[in-house]
Amino acid sequence: MGMKQMVAVSAIALAATTGFAKAEEPLNAEVIHWWTSGGESAAIAVFADAFNAAGGKWVDNAVAGGSAARSAAINRIIGGDPSTAALFNTSRQYHEIIGEGLLNDIDAVATKNNWDKVLPEPIAKAVKVDGKYYAAPVNIHMPLWIWYSVAALNKAGIDKAPETLEDFFADLDKLKAAGITPLALGGQRWQENSLFSAVLTNVGGAKLWKSVYGDKDQAAIRSPEFRKVIETFVSLKPYVDQGSPGRNWNDTTALLIKDEAGFQVMGDWAKGEFKQAKKEIGKDYGCIPGLRPDSPYVLGGDVFVFPKTDDAEKIKAQHLLVEIMTSPEVQVKFNNLKGSIPIRADVDVSSLDACAQLGMKIMADPARQAPDASQMMEEFVYGSVQDIVTELWNTNMTVDQAVDRFDKALKG
Amino acid sequence: MGAHFTRHVKRNLVAYIALLPMAAVVIFAYLGTLAWSVRLSFSSSRLLPKNDFVGLSQYVDLFDTPRWLTSLGNLVIIAFFFLLICFILGCLLAIFIDQNVRAESLFRTVFLYPYAMSFVVAGLIWQWILNPDLGIQQTMRGLGFSGFVLDWVVNPKMVLYAIILATVWHGSGLVMALLLAGLRGIDSEIWKATRIDGIPTWRVYLSIILPMLRPMIITSLVLLSISIIKMYDVVVAMTNGGPGTASEVPAKFIMDNLFERANIGLATAASTVMLITVMFIMAPVLYFQYFRKSGSSS
Repeated sequence: MGMKQMVAVSAIALAATTGFAKAEEPLNAEVIHWWTSGGESAAIAVFADAFNAAGGKWVDNAVAGGSAARSAAINRIIGGDPSTAALFNTSRQYHEIIGEGLLNDIDAVATKNNWDKVLPEPIAKAVKVDGKYYAAPVNIHMPLWIWYSVAALNKAGIDKAPETLEDFFADLDKLKAAGITPLALGGQRWQENSLFSAVLTNVGGAKLWKSVYGDKDQAAIRSPEFRKVIETFVSLKPYVDQGSPGRNWNDTTALLIKDEAGFQVMGDWAKGEFKQAKKEIGKDYGCIPGLRPDSPYVLGGDVFVFPKTDDAEKIKAQHLLVEIMTSPEVQVKFNNLKGSIPIRADVDVSSLDACAQLGMKIMADPARQAPDASQMMEEFVYGSVQDIVTELWNTNMTVDQAVDRFDKALKG
Repeated sequence: MGAHFTRHVKRNLVAYIALLPMAAVVIFAYLGTLAWSVRLSFSSSRLLPKNDFVGLSQYVDLFDTPRWLTSLGNLVIIAFFFLLICFILGCLLAIFIDQNVRAESLFRTVFLYPYAMSFVVAGLIWQWILNPDLGIQQTMRGLGFSGFVLDWVVNPKMVLYAIILATVWHGSGLVMALLLAGLRGIDSEIWKATRIDGIPTWRVYLSIILPMLRPMIITSLVLLSISIIKMYDVVVAMTNGGPGTASEVPAKFIMDNLFERANIGLATAASTVMLITVMFIMAPVLYFQYFRKSGSSS
């Protein structure tokens, strides 16, 4: 009897839900993402509002944590019940799903909006596979900015930000002599890896960055230039405080905010921390894009992908999402809240902050654009590279050993 | 025999039906996924599961990965010290409480309390205590001992012992509770007899009481071993494997490769290696248990 009741109830519930689904607005878009912190959720609300205003219905599916959100999206795709759109990093994370034919291409929108011209080349390369656009880039994060505390530098008798590697090391020494932590580093794998990438781009330049990480060229890995990168990286160890291991990036940025540390290598999302602490660019803190005039501007960021579906309504919703997310006005509004810079140069930059404007200016020069490391290798290869970097930082690995391990890991 | 069997089935039909869902769960959800994982370890799966067959190449890669070897080595060190210290400490605590001390229930609660806490919380607490910028070191230096050093969590050579400290703090209460229950079940006549014989107390515990507690001891060792094998949360909360790879453990290696590095093949190969290891350790124990049981009951 109880069983019968159950069946009846579920039948009614089923009828109710299907009936409800039919009554729903046509352009329903469920979006899986991991933007849950204050600034991030404010940023994605820009997309949601614009999409709703354009006649859609945004169904928000936020999953805390990037890898958890991506797993959720992939599981739904494999399970045959995909969301309308899902967030990924501008990397190779989604290339295998494209290869399996599980994503819809968005070439129609891309051609209409002339993405070949509008997007910076590394970004276009990351989202274009076999001649078709498969992902909509929404922002560009430069992960290797060097931030500094003006007060901390002043206390150490430094009156202007370093422009070369020599200046940088001289400033580190001055800060150390003044009893201030010269280099704030959170000793987590990815942060140590950011520091290494910054050394690689600033010591080795764009050419070495691309030949080691991009071409995995053995001659470049075994070159004296790359050895110098490793040596420079290791020589930064004495400038880091003892509390570094395991520290979160935002706690590390807090050291700069409290003027207890001089420099930090971190992505432009660090601006959010400074802004929250009511600090001002130029007066309280500053940003350095690189330590050489031709330092590569590494382009990371986020993209949305659109799982395979044959449902015309769903495809329409996907295309509308792409249109809206990449339109110039929404781009500026979104990126201002996200701390990143717009994906296209043809936007009004006047409302962006000084660091973002500087970034836009540098990015306008194609010679300085460089792909993020995650766009140049598979995730598992990048994982092994990060393992080497963290061991290099935390053990007494020799340069020879490090070179051998890089060589082996990059072969994949 | 056939008739006997039918009668047996008929009589227990309801019981069998009641058992079916559980049996189905075990067979499909548990053994099925286990077999699927082992199968995937022989494929070239990266982000998505694939159905190809690449032989042992994932295993070759696995044992060529320095981080996996470090993880295994760390696990051996943690297992040895954790089991040893946890067991001895748990034993002593149980014996201490068994002396009919005043406020016994208070002590019992205090010692067992850490076990009620999740590993994440335990890990975080110890991370703060041992963090040189926040914890004991900072406090002692603030009190004027400027040379005081307690940097286990950030020192690659000591970080494993910091984790062992936290897990022992967490786990010894369980050993205590189990053994105490056993001690309370010991017939007081035995104590009277040993007293008449004039045997020293420590000798009674070592040669008579502990052997009698064999089932409790095995249970606690099995529970502790399981918590070592699946050790993940405490490491993530305390060190996240750092500094460098100094405190990596196999379970974390598997999780990282499965979810962050899109390397299903390598992750399932690693979990298969763990499964085999566990089977090798547990098989003799289980066999011995069942063998002894069936031997004694007939």
